[in-house]
Amino acid sequence: MSEPSDPPRALPAKPQRVRVVLADSARSRRPVRPRQELEEQTRVGDVLVRGLVRAQLALALRLAALVAIGLGSLPLLFAVAPNVARVTVVGIRLPWLLLGLFAYPFLVAIGWVYTRMAERNERDFAELVEKS
Amino acid sequence: MDTSPYALPAVILVSLVTVAISTYGVRLARTTSDFLVASRTISPSWNAAAIGGEYLSAASFLGIAGLVMKFGVDVLWYPVGFAAGYLALLLFVAAPLRRSGAFTLPDFAEARLGSRRLRALATAFVVFIGWLYLVPQFQGAGLTLGTVTGAPYWVGAVVVAAVVTGNVASGGMRSITFVQAFQYWLKLTAIAFPVAFLLLHWGADGRPALAPPDKPAFAEVTEVSVDEPITVTVGEPTTVTVRGRVDSERRDGPFTLTAGGHRIEKGTTVTFPAGAAVPHVEGVEALDGASWLAPVNDGGSRALFGTYSLILATFLGTMGLPHVLVRFYTNPDGGAARRTTLVVLALLGGFYLFPAVYGVLGRVYAPQLLMTGDTDAVVLVLPGAALGGIAGELLGGLVAAGAFAAFLSTASGLLVSVAGVLSTDVLGRGSVRDFRRAALVAGLVPLALALQVSGLDVSQVVGLAFAVAASSFCPLLVLGIWWRGLTDIGAAAGLAVGGGAAVSAVLVAVAGPALTGWPAALVAQPAAWSVPLAFATMVTVSLATQHRVPAAVGATMLRMHTPEALRLRLPDERGWPR
Repeated sequence: MSEPSDPPRALPAKPQRVRVVLADSARSRRPVRPRQELEEQTRVGDVLVRGLVRAQLALALRLAALVAIGLGSLPLLFAVAPNVARVTVVGIRLPWLLLGLFAYPFLVAIGWVYTRMAERNERDFAELVEKS
Repeated sequence: MDTSPYALPAVILVSLVTVAISTYGVRLARTTSDFLVASRTISPSWNAAAIGGEYLSAASFLGIAGLVMKFGVDVLWYPVGFAAGYLALLLFVAAPLRRSGAFTLPDFAEARLGSRRLRALATAFVVFIGWLYLVPQFQGAGLTLGTVTGAPYWVGAVVVAAVVTGNVASGGMRSITFVQAFQYWLKLTAIAFPVAFLLLHWGADGRPALAPPDKPAFAEVTEVSVDEPITVTVGEPTTVTVRGRVDSERRDGPFTLTAGGHRIEKGTTVTFPAGAAVPHVEGVEALDGASWLAPVNDGGSRALFGTYSLILATFLGTMGLPHVLVRFYTNPDGGAARRTTLVVLALLGGFYLFPAVYGVLGRVYAPQLLMTGDTDAVVLVLPGAALGGIAGELLGGLVAAGAFAAFLSTASGLLVSVAGVLSTDVLGRGSVRDFRRAALVAGLVPLALALQVSGLDVSQVVGLAFAVAASSFCPLLVLGIWWRGLTDIGAAAGLAVGGGAAVSAVLVAVAGPALTGWPAALVAQPAAWSVPLAFATMVTVSLATQHRVPAAVGATMLRMHTPEALRLRLPDERGWPR
C-alpha cells in the first residue's frame, strides 16, 4: 500500500498520440519569405539588412574617398609643387579656378551619383523583399 | 565709411517682410508638432531653399569676401568646406537619420543607445554649439547696422535678437520654413546681381590688375575716416593730409607717416595721394600680388596643418550643427531627405561662386579696408566704392538687405533648435508654452555674450563651432548609423573626450593666453587632432563594453536603412517616434 501522503493516482490514461515530423524537412519545404524574415527579425532577415547596410556604406565610402583624393590632395600638391599653382588657365590661376569654380560642380556631381546609386541599392533590396 | 542711403530702408524692409511672412505662417501652426518640425509636409524644393537660407550665415555672406581680400586663395577652403559638409551629410547621414524618426540630436542619441545620461550630454553639446554659433551672428548684425547707419554696436545686436526671438517664439518652424526659403533667394540675388555690375565696371575701367606685383595702393586720392582707434603699419614713408590725432598728437594738414607703426585715433580722417601704398592694420601682413595669389603663403607645415584642419572641421562639422539636422525631420521620407540634400548642395554651390569676387575686387576698389581692418565690410561698401552714383547706392542697399537676411535666417534656425532642445529636456516637457519660454532664454543668453565680447573675431568663432560639432556629433551620428557595436558608454566617452578637447581649444583660443608656433596652430584649428581622437575613443570604449550593445540594435538598423515604401511591420520598439 502506498503512504497516505501520496497523491491519489489517476487511472492510467490512454497514451496521447503525438505526431512526430522532421523539423528540417518542414523548413526546407517552406520557401524563404524575406518580408516575414525581416519583420520577425530572424537570422535570415538580419543577414539581408546587413547586406543592404554594407552595400550603402561601401558606396558612401567609395565616393567619399573620391572627394578626399580629388579635393584633399590639392593643398599638398600646391605645397609640394608650387609651380602647378602658378599655371594659368584662361587668365586665372589654377588654384583659384579649382577652388573658386570647379569644386562646386564636382561636389554636386558626386552627390548626384550617390543619390542614384543609393536609390538603386534600395530598389534591389525592395525587389528582393517584394518578389516573395 | 561711405555707405548707401538705401541701406537702412532695405534693412527695415527685410525685417518687416520676415515678420509678415511668419505672421502668415503662424495661422498654420497649431500643435507642438507643427512648431517643431512643420508636420513633415514641406516639399523638397521649399525645404532645400529653406535649408540653404538658414545655412548661409554672416560668415558666408560677409566673412568669406573679407578673408579673401586679406589672405587670398587659401581661405577659399571655407566656402568649399561649407558646401562639402552637405555632401558628407548626404553620403552618411541624411536618409537613415530621417528614417530613424528622431526629432533632435539628443532624441537620436537616446533612441539609438537607450541612455538618459547620454541624452543629457548631447543636450549640453547642442546648447553649447548653438550659442557658440549665435554669438557671431548677433555680433555681425551689430557691426553691419553700425556700418550702414553709424548706430552703436549694441543696437544692431539687440534689434536682430529681438526680431528673431519674437519671430521664433510666435511662429515656430512652420513659419520659419517660409521665411528661410524667401531669404535664400534674397541672399543669392543680393550677392549675385551686384557682381554683374562690378565686373562690367572693372572691364570698362580698363581692367586694372587684380594682383599687381606691388603691395596694394590707392588708385586715386582717397580720404579714409577712422571710426575706431587703430594701429597701422606703414611700409614706406608717405606724405598724407591728416585731420585729427595721430600718434597722440593733434594734426591738421600735411604730415609724413614714417615707416613703422602709427596709432590713429577715432574720428581722424587721413587723405592719401594717388599711388600711395595702403598701410595695413596691425596684425595683418601686407601681401604683395604674388603671395596673395599663391596658396600657403608662409608658415610651411603649420599653414598646411591649418588648411587640412579647416577642411576636416567644415567637411565633418556641418552634420553636427543642431540647426542643420532639425531640418531633416521636415522631409516626408528618407528618399526625400536625400533629394533635398542634393538640391541644397547645388544651391550652396551656386551662392559660393560670388563672395570671392568681392574680395578680389575689394583689393582694387576699396583697399582702405585693409588699413581700417574692416575687411568684413567689403561686400557692403564695394558697390558704392567701385560704381558710385545712384547705381552704387541702390546696389549697396541690396547687399545690406542680403547681409541682414543672413543674420536673421541663421539666428532663427539656431534659435529654433536650441529652444526645441531646451523646451523638451531642460525647461519643460515640450508644450507650446515651454517652447516660447525656452526661445526667450535661448535668445537672451547669446545676446548677453555678444554684448560682452564685441572684439571677438567673427570668422574664427564660426570655425571653432564647426570644429566642436565635427568632434562631437559627427562620430556619434556616423558610428550610430553604420556600426552596430556602438555602446552608450563608448558614445559618452567619445563626446566627452573629443568634444571636450575641442571645447577646451575654443576656450583657450577665445579667453586664454596668446600662443605662438605649433601650440597656436593646434588650438586655432583643433579639428585635425580632436576629430580622430573622438572617433578613436568612441570605438575603443565601445569595444571594451560590448555587453552594453542595445538588444534592439538589429531592429534599429532595419528601421534606419530599409526604404519606407516596403512598409515593414516591426514590433514597435520603445523610444522611436514614428
